[in-house]
Amino acid sequence: MLRFINLPQIYFNTCFRTVEPLDYYRRFLKENCRPDGRELGEFRTTTVNIGSISTADGSALVKLGNTTVICGVKAEFAAPPADAPDKGYVVPNVDLPPLCSSRFRSGPPGEEAQVASQFIADVIENSQIIQKEDLCISPGKLAWVLYCDLICLDYDGNILDACTFALLAALKNVQLPEVTINEETALAEVNLKKKNYLNIRTHPVATSFAVFDDTLLIVDPTGEEEHLATGTLTIVMDEEGKLCCLHKPGGSGLTGAKLQDCMSRAVTRHKEVKKLMDEVIKSMKPK
Amino acid sequence: MDGAMHTDAKSRAETGTESGPRGPGCSLRHFACEQNLLSRPDGSASFIQGDTSVLVGVYGPAEVKVSKEIFNKATLEVILRPKIGLPGVAEKSREQLIRNTCEAVVLGALHPRTSITVVLQVISDAGSLLACCLNAACMALVDAGVPMRALFCGVTCALDSDGTLVLDPTAKQEKEARAVLTFALDSVERKLLMSTTKGLYSDAELQQCLAAAQAASQHVFRFYRESLQRRYSKS
Repeated sequence: MLRFINLPQIYFNTCFRTVEPLDYYRRFLKENCRPDGRELGEFRTTTVNIGSISTADGSALVKLGNTTVICGVKAEFAAPPADAPDKGYVVPNVDLPPLCSSRFRSGPPGEEAQVASQFIADVIENSQIIQKEDLCISPGKLAWVLYCDLICLDYDGNILDACTFALLAALKNVQLPEVTINEETALAEVNLKKKNYLNIRTHPVATSFAVFDDTLLIVDPTGEEEHLATGTLTIVMDEEGKLCCLHKPGGSGLTGAKLQDCMSRAVTRHKEVKKLMDEVIKSMKPK
Repeated sequence: MDGAMHTDAKSRAETGTESGPRGPGCSLRHFACEQNLLSRPDGSASFIQGDTSVLVGVYGPAEVKVSKEIFNKATLEVILRPKIGLPGVAEKSREQLIRNTCEAVVLGALHPRTSITVVLQVISDAGSLLACCLNAACMALVDAGVPMRALFCGVTCALDSDGTLVLDPTAKQEKEARAVLTFALDSVERKLLMSTTKGLYSDAELQQCLAAAQAASQHVFRFYRESLQRRYSKS
């Protein structure tokens, strides 16, 4: 005997969301919005906290909705590379521990972490955020190496944007002590009382998009949206509107016109992020 | 067909010399492709662009580990081995790019719960390596008979300091360039499937490079068609 049970609507919605996620999303996208109430071109609430790790030379915590990434920068001494004796090093590393999401296991870094590390290394290299010559103390003998460790604490999509922002904020927070080479002993003398901020030349900001059903582009995808998307696109732009990186790892094809729309959204996002970061830095008390 | 089929392409955007330095304007280096040269993989191809050469073998559709199987489509795996040294983080990043490009065109839904493995070996690197890898992978997938909704090709553009565009740059040109952009385009509508870039460039320059890459892809697709026609017309 068939009996119709009068289920509360919210129970029905969660069942539908689990069983047919793509169809559930399509119903929202048809009305030009998403299940969390955002519009297609809207970012999640971005918060940034600078200088929280006292043992690091520079640190920043960035939250994009639920996605949380913390970046810590440690500066150490190293000999400059043989082929570039007047340059230092910037070594980024992105870690996606099992803490942030059930899809990651403990052990050597998985593909996603390696791809993210390579992406951050490319952004640093392409945007020339720091002139490597500034990190040189004594050509051929001593240079700074900045180890930038980015750890994801909560993975809810759009990890690349969060990492780029965290890296930028942490580097702006880094203070390096003055180092002089003693002529007689040829040893480095570190003056911890006199510290200088790094010279950050450009401010690269990443904007990520997800492609749905080969046609629709949505900004700042959550974890669920990334999983359902047929492709992703990340644009890294600096303040002059120059592109540092156009990262589109496969997925559905895009026309030149769609790319143009993405560019304009990336420009507005850059302004938002720059404003937020300037506010935070201004609010910090000078040491 | 049995046996290796060797096809040469003297394909150029405008007329120019085949060997020696390239003339001004946009032109691709001499390229050549050889299919079915390895006996064990289901499909194999070697693609040569100028002095850059990549050898690819495709195994599939084949058995897949239960942990990796997807219930409604084929699992695509890409392994890229550099010429010297062990594969590192850069190779992993390139593998992801190639894999996602192949996933966009391969009709995985026709072979659920199977695996298609694409193994690329860099024989020599003289610039435009990623584009050469993509072209070789496409030819190998065709040789293996993997169903695809479109063919794809890779094109590299280099922008030097005064904004001049060079297609299919050599290693020297890549090093001296201000920006190097690699695109993967599909054969049906020349849409952008994959893009990865190095260096700083403006929005207008991006559109210019994309348009040039789309024009150059015509030649690559024509070369694919000719080489396959030549291969299958021999009885």
